Amino acid sequence: MQYLIAFVVGGLICAAAQLVLEYTKLAPVHVLVGLTVLGAISAGIGIYEPFLQFAGAGALVPVSGFGSSITRGMLSEIKRLGWEGLFTGAFEITGLGLAAAVVFGSLMAIASRPRD
Amino acid sequence: MATRRVGGQTIFFEDLPKLVSAHTIVGKNEGQGPYSEYFDEILEDDLLGQPTAEKAERQILQQAVEQALSKYGLVPKDIQYYVSGDLLNQVISAVFSARNLAIPFLGIFSACGTFAQSLGLGSILLHGGFASKVLVATSSHYQTAERQYRYPIELNIQHRPTNQHTVTGAGACVLSADGEGPKITHVTFGRIVDMGLKDPNDMGSAMAPAAFDTLEKHLKDIECSPDHYDLILTGDLGRQGFKMLKIIAEKKGLALGTNLQDGGVLIYGEDPKYGAGASGAACSAVMTLGYGLSLLREGKIRRLLLVGTGALLNQLTVQQGDSIPTIAHAVAIEA
Repeated sequence: MQYLIAFVVGGLICAAAQLVLEYTKLAPVHVLVGLTVLGAISAGIGIYEPFLQFAGAGALVPVSGFGSSITRGMLSEIKRLGWEGLFTGAFEITGLGLAAAVVFGSLMAIASRPRD
Repeated sequence: MATRRVGGQTIFFEDLPKLVSAHTIVGKNEGQGPYSEYFDEILEDDLLGQPTAEKAERQILQQAVEQALSKYGLVPKDIQYYVSGDLLNQVISAVFSARNLAIPFLGIFSACGTFAQSLGLGSILLHGGFASKVLVATSSHYQTAERQYRYPIELNIQHRPTNQHTVTGAGACVLSADGEGPKITHVTFGRIVDMGLKDPNDMGSAMAPAAFDTLEKHLKDIECSPDHYDLILTGDLGRQGFKMLKIIAEKKGLALGTNLQDGGVLIYGEDPKYGAGASGAACSAVMTLGYGLSLLREGKIRRLLLVGTGALLNQLTVQQGDSIPTIAHAVAIEA
C-alpha cells in the first residue's frame, strides 16, 4: 500500500509539472526552481512534513522533496546552533544528494557522449 | 550608370550568374528523411569523430566547400571571394572553414536566411565585374545550435510541438560568370520584420510575416503572379510557420498554390520527433542546392524562387524578453 501511495503521489506531482510545461510558456528551468521553492516554503510552514509521512518517497523523490530538505535541514541546525543554522543547514540533508549528483554526473560525462 | 533595380526592392541581372557546381552534406537524421536521394553526402556520424560538435560543424562546412570546388576542377585560388555564414556566434564555423582557403572572405549573418543572402551578394559581386567566381556556403549543426540558442542536448530538455530541429549539414556552391548551370535572375533582399512575437519555441510563426513581406514585394516588383514560379521554396518556416504564411497570404489576397513548399516542412517528412520540422542555415542551403537544383537540372521545373527565412534572435534577447526580429531574402533561379 505504501508503495502504491508513493507511486501515485510522485506521479501526480510530476504530472502537474508536465501540465505546466505543456500549457504555459514556462521553461523546464522555471518548473524545476518553482517546485523546489514550493517544497521549501511548504516545509517551512509545516505542511510538507505530514505530506512526507503520508507519501514517503512519492513526496521525497520529486524536486519539491529536495526543496523541503533544504528547509528541514535549516530548521534542525537552527535548533542546534542558533542563527548560524540558517547558513550551515541548507546542505545538511541535501549535501548527500548534491555530492552524489556531482560525482555521478561527472562519471557519466566522462563515460558517454551526447547524440541527437 | 544604368540602374539594375526593378520596383522598390528587387535587383535583376543581365549577365546571369550561374551555379556551376554545388555540393550538399547532411547528417544522419536528414539522410533518413524523404529527400535523402537529393543530397550528395550523408554522414554516418554527425560528429565526424571530432571531440566537439562545433569542430564537427566547421569540418562539414569545409568538406562541402572542398567538394564543390573539386567537382568543377577548381582550386581555392580560382575563387575571388568566399561568402559564408552560419548560426554560431561570430559566424565562427564559416571563419574556421575559410582559414585554409587563403582567399578573401566575407562572413555574413541572416541566421537561417544566410544562404539566400550569400547567393544574392555573391551574384552582385559577379555581376559588378568584381569577381569571375564566387564561392558561397553555409552550415548548421543540431547540437551546436541547441547549445548556443537553447540548452546543451546533454540536459535532454523536452521539446514542444512548435520547436524546430536544426539541420545538421552544409551546402556549398560556386557562382560563376561563365560556364553552364542554373542562373540567378533576380534578388530581393528583405527588410527586418518584427510582429512582436516572443516565443523562441515557435520561430516559424515569427518568420512567416517576413517571408510574406519579401515574397509579396518580389512578386510586385517583377509584376508577376506566384505561378510565374514552378516552385517557391521558403527556407525553414516549419509546419507552424508555413501554416501562418498561408493564412497571412490568404488575408492579404495573395493566392499561393501548390507550387509553394517549405524546406523545413519537407526535409524530415511527417515524423513528429522533429516537432514542427527543420530549421537552420543548412536547411535552405541543402534543400536549394540538393532538391531545387536537381529539379532545375532535370527540367522538372524551370523557375525556382528561394525565400530564405531567418529569425534574428540570440539567447540574451530571449532572456531579456525581447521580441524576435525576422528577415527573408528571395533569390530567383532559372534553369
